[in-house]
Amino acid sequence: MREKIVLDLGKLPLHGMGTASITWWGTLAFMLIEGTGFALAIAVYLYLMSLATAWPINAPPPDLLPGTLVTLILLASLVPNILLSRWAEQQDLRKVRIGMVIMSILGTLPLIVRVFEFPALKVSWDSNAYGSVVWTLLGLHTTHIITDLVDTLVLAALMFTRHGRSARRFGDVQDNVMYWNFVVATWLPLYGCIYWLARL
Amino acid sequence: MTRPAPAPDARDSDRTLLAGALAETWKTPSGFWGALATVDHKIIGRRYIFTAFVFLALGGVLAALMRIQLAQPEARLLGPDRYNQIFTMHGANMMFLFAVPVMEAVAVYLVPLMVGTRNIAFPRLNAFSYWIYLAGGALLWTAFALDMGPDVGWFAYVPLSGPQYGTGKRADIWAQMITFTEISALAVAVELVVTIFKQRAPGMTLDRIPVFVWAMLVTSFLVIMAMPAIVLASTSLILDRLVGTHFYNPAEGGDVLLWQHLFWFFGHPEVYIIFLPAAGMVSTMIEPFARRPAFGYLGLVMALIATGILAFGLWVHHMFVAGLPRLGDSFFTASSMAIAIPAGIQVFCWLATLWDGTPVFKTPLLFIVGFIVTFVIGGLNGVMVASVPFDTQVHDTYFVVAHFHYVLIGGAVFPLLGAIHYWFPKLTGRTMSETLGQWSFWLVFVGFNATFFPMHILGLEGMPRRIYTYQPDLPWHGLNLFVSFSAVILTAGFLLFFVNAIRSARFGEIAPDNPWDAPTLEWATTSPPPSYNFAMIPIVGSLRPLWDDRDTLPIADGLRTDRRELIVTTLATAEPQAREASPQNSIWPLWAAIATTIMLIWSIFSPWAVVWGSIPVAFALIGWFWPKGTPEDGS
Amino acid sequence: MLAAPLAGCAGNWQSALDVYGTSAISLKHLIILIVSVCSVVWMLVMVALIAALCRSRDAQPVSAEPGRERRMTIAVTGAVVATVLIIGTFTILSFVATHALTVAGQDYLTIRVRGLQWWWGLEYIGPDPSSRFETANEIHIPVGRKVRLKLEGLDVIHSFWVPSLAGKQDLVPGRPNELTIRAEHAGIYRGQCAEFCGMQHAHMALLVIAEPQDDFDKWAATQRQTAAQPAEDETATGLQTFLAKPCAACHTIRGTAAAGTTGPELTHVGSRRTIAAGVFETTRGSLAAWIADPQTIKPGNNMPMVPLTPDELRAVSAYLASLK
Ligand code: HEA
Ligand code: HEA
Ligand code: HEC
Ligand code: CUA
Ligand SMILES: [Cu+2]
Repeated sequence: MREKIVLDLGKLPLHGMGTASITWWGTLAFMLIEGTGFALAIAVYLYLMSLATAWPINAPPPDLLPGTLVTLILLASLVPNILLSRWAEQQDLRKVRIGMVIMSILGTLPLIVRVFEFPALKVSWDSNAYGSVVWTLLGLHTTHIITDLVDTLVLAALMFTRHGRSARRFGDVQDNVMYWNFVVATWLPLYGCIYWLARL
Repeated sequence: MTRPAPAPDARDSDRTLLAGALAETWKTPSGFWGALATVDHKIIGRRYIFTAFVFLALGGVLAALMRIQLAQPEARLLGPDRYNQIFTMHGANMMFLFAVPVMEAVAVYLVPLMVGTRNIAFPRLNAFSYWIYLAGGALLWTAFALDMGPDVGWFAYVPLSGPQYGTGKRADIWAQMITFTEISALAVAVELVVTIFKQRAPGMTLDRIPVFVWAMLVTSFLVIMAMPAIVLASTSLILDRLVGTHFYNPAEGGDVLLWQHLFWFFGHPEVYIIFLPAAGMVSTMIEPFARRPAFGYLGLVMALIATGILAFGLWVHHMFVAGLPRLGDSFFTASSMAIAIPAGIQVFCWLATLWDGTPVFKTPLLFIVGFIVTFVIGGLNGVMVASVPFDTQVHDTYFVVAHFHYVLIGGAVFPLLGAIHYWFPKLTGRTMSETLGQWSFWLVFVGFNATFFPMHILGLEGMPRRIYTYQPDLPWHGLNLFVSFSAVILTAGFLLFFVNAIRSARFGEIAPDNPWDAPTLEWATTSPPPSYNFAMIPIVGSLRPLWDDRDTLPIADGLRTDRRELIVTTLATAEPQAREASPQNSIWPLWAAIATTIMLIWSIFSPWAVVWGSIPVAFALIGWFWPKGTPEDGS
Repeated sequence: MLAAPLAGCAGNWQSALDVYGTSAISLKHLIILIVSVCSVVWMLVMVALIAALCRSRDAQPVSAEPGRERRMTIAVTGAVVATVLIIGTFTILSFVATHALTVAGQDYLTIRVRGLQWWWGLEYIGPDPSSRFETANEIHIPVGRKVRLKLEGLDVIHSFWVPSLAGKQDLVPGRPNELTIRAEHAGIYRGQCAEFCGMQHAHMALLVIAEPQDDFDKWAATQRQTAAQPAEDETATGLQTFLAKPCAACHTIRGTAAAGTTGPELTHVGSRRTIAAGVFETTRGSLAAWIADPQTIKPGNNMPMVPLTPDELRAVSAYLASLK
């Protein structure tokens, strides 16, 4: 078969940003997977709740304080997070470095409070199905914070090396921002479930 | 592309230079480490396919053992303990290690070629997914060899698989094997979605995507939406067993049916994860053998999508006798039967294609015809068991065993075997023997029907499934003997297929680029394709580029040769957006897979494995993603 | 193992096509109807397929001609419409037939059926507590009366299935289920656990014996009685041994000190047609074989091998066989 050149791709950018980025779509796909996971975990919570005669089972509702604190920190972290995304878009390395450091701190803070959140559930995972499901919900979300934190830390370190100044890195920062937004967004229904449904 | 025809724009010497430079950039180094570090979707795809077929053979050996045991009443070849392990292994192996992975494997190989790109999206993830899959399979079979194989059935109902009744580590092995295969399946699904969304050749708008690629897109979404359910289920089962949670313990507020809901919320889509790729293969293969375009492209694609959506509304039809409210059950009867509509649309379109076309009776077409004959039987049986009252008599009997082998083997393995014959030239550069192919088809077709049709009758005559033996005064032995005997024919057919494939891979006739005169892009490159797939990216102007313009292939120029580069195009209209670097070979996916394997296996024994085991995983991932200063890293 | 054919039940082995129960009969009609319609559908598809493949045709170019395309669109649409009509009919039919699963009429009797690994515990619940009694693995019901079964899974999930009488229903731990059956003809109907429940799922059978009301009443009256005192020396020794050995820790024989509950209740075990959930026909010999080595006969089952001397074994089995 003969070939006929009809298009020259030479002028295209060497790397796509935003929706032209492969990793952006990959991150989105992983968010869809995990989002489905969270939705199903909540469904399990509601299912067990609908079967129980009294909810929570043999336990008082969890203490509001640590969970609410985590919620506030997470919500507050959205502001620098979104700014960070903007800086990455402008490819402003200095600001991105600052932003990454801030986000590393804002990723660690909720984890510290989270340590107090588990005892505040006032039930153990092995006391009954209610305990099992709240621990699982909280644990599931905690692993997400940890994964994203590790990712943030590594990326922050990377931004301080010679590899930092690259469109690709700025794209990574944006994906990281998007993922953190997701981690915050998924927390809200979980927070409602764990703390408020148990008070109904 | 092999025969460099004198073209006005590309001169021979240029092409040789170009090919040389690309080959250097995209090559997989020879030798052991090269093989371990490769991220070429074709090499990984071939590995994947090969491994899946090894698991088919192993699962077939288990099936043979079951059939020997069941040939006669009160046979003593296998005791109950062995038998229960064997049928569980057979089912789990066939579903999780053969049927789902093999379809993904074929897609890993074909989809990038069919959409005209140079590698799959996230090639390192692809390498990782293969290693994890291999580790999952190795775990299951090693456990079986050590007499620790799971023995709770492929859907491992609690409480039988729970902490109290499933003693030992057998159920944990099952649950963790699931984790392995889920990780690998999810990874491949993400790669395929992104490849299909963003790496299609310029001009391949949504209505020019080959049907097989559509099928894989829908399948990948099914994987993404369904697999989290089984991850949740198997994880909570392990938690119940290891750290004493009570998800499935009715005494502490848990619920036994929760397991069934979670499992089948995944399990039903799972069967379409197996079937839809097969249907896509048929729609794609039928064109060169009917010598006309597949009738009703829009209908075929819509049917795939509709099946994908409906798949999430059917799961309760596996639980009709579990005691859920009858009214709710009836809803699931309606939704299950509704699947007959998209299935019917596809069958009717294939029939119309054959009707209007000029059939060429080569082996792939034989398998397509065999598929239509048997899949319709299996599908109609599906409609039967979808009726609640009907199902109360046949649920958990050999009638259901017949149904699912008809749809799994007739509906998915037949197209798959056809597809192997069809794409073999593209996979290996050689053609499979047509004579052996036809022989194996007839043996498999006759053997299959003779093996599984009588099971319908056995089921109606009251034979439950999953029994290791039965008593002589039950009226089942005649048919069982017949079934077992027929399974010999079926096995012979499979064996012949294996022989043919292995022989042809080494001594088969050298294949030209497009031996079947097929219309899709994978046939525009050499057989097998070079490491970079296409020296210049094709431009797509129609649904069947190689048929609509038989003389010239429009191509695009301008990609760099000193780094691995491919093009990103827009989602709907496939207009070029960027030239994107595609990652280099890397050994890190293997390290990451090894670290993950250690963590997962260890966590069967101790919850702390998750804490300590995740540290090496994190290190491996950092090594994986840390820039190496190659041209691909910069931009 | 020889499960001898049981007298008087030739042909009534478990089969969904050989039906004697109210709901099984209506199910069979439904099954035959649906299978017939589907067979016709399949044959039509085959006719179309064969015609498509064998149709003589002039070699056509690889192209689509608008007129033919349109005719094919009409044909395909017609077939899809037919499909919709057929499955619509099936859906309505099964919805209607679902109501038939709940047999009409006044309950005559309620039996609590407990599924255990791997046998069936039965409790007949009468109108007053005194008419209540327990037995195992063999259900007697009066012909033509509606019987309500309360199904409970005590360990794992089992499934109650006597195809000649009715469709199956699972016994799910923590979720009691119900099933009503009514036999239209006297007879012995075999059933078998249909949900995989572990090692001996294959040997978890039961018999339903439908008999005329008089016979049933007589049977129930006997069952309600406590075990007869051993009349001979041998059986007396048997009872002694039974009580002295671990047997009594697991089995109940009403009227004696044996009151265990982990194994089947044995008060009238000699009157039952089979032992060990359908493994053997009940005879002295089979009882002895079972007691001597339950683990070889039914590997993995929950009755351990209790070492007995040959004399003890003989005595125990004689005693148990005498418990009519
Ligand atoms: C590839 C796999 C595959 C496919 C494609 C299907 C397809 C279907 N299946 Fe099947 N199924 C399984 C794999 C599959 N199944 C497995 C593995 C199990 C058992 C799991 C286990 O218990 O171990 C199972 C079990 C199963 C059950 C549970 C049975 C039980 O446990 O009691 C049910 C019940 O509704 C069911 C229904 C259906 C239906 C309605 C379809 C439909 O999609 C079929 C649609 C197709 C057609 C109808 C034919 C083509 C249409 C026409 C020619 C048009 C004309 C048709 C009409 C007029 C009706 N399946
Ligand atoms: C795609 C899936 C798939 C496939 C292909 C098969 C293939 C076969 N199956 Fe399978 N089967 C299942 C999926 C599948 N099965 C599932 C999900 C279950 C349910 C499990 C459960 O209840 O949990 C099941 C259960 C099942 C049972 C019921 C067991 C029971 O309930 O007790 C039986 C019984 O006959 C059976 C038989 C067979 C036979 C004879 C084949 C034949 O087609 C096999 C043909 C033979 C081969 C494919 C091998 C040929 C090749 C060789 C011999 C090569 C030589 C070997 C080497 C060189 C190493 N299967
Ligand atoms: C640890 C408990 C246990 C002990 C001890 C035990 N049995 Fe059993 N027995 C069972 C169980 C459980 C079954 C049901 C086995 C099955 O069918 O799966 C059974 C079944 C039987 C049956 C058949 C009952 C039927 O209706 O099918 C007989 C008879 C019997 N046992 C007699 C004895 C005798 C005699 C002894 C003492 C020598 C004994 N058992 C000791 C638990 C026990
Ligand atoms: Cu009880 Cu199977
Ligand atoms: Cu299903």
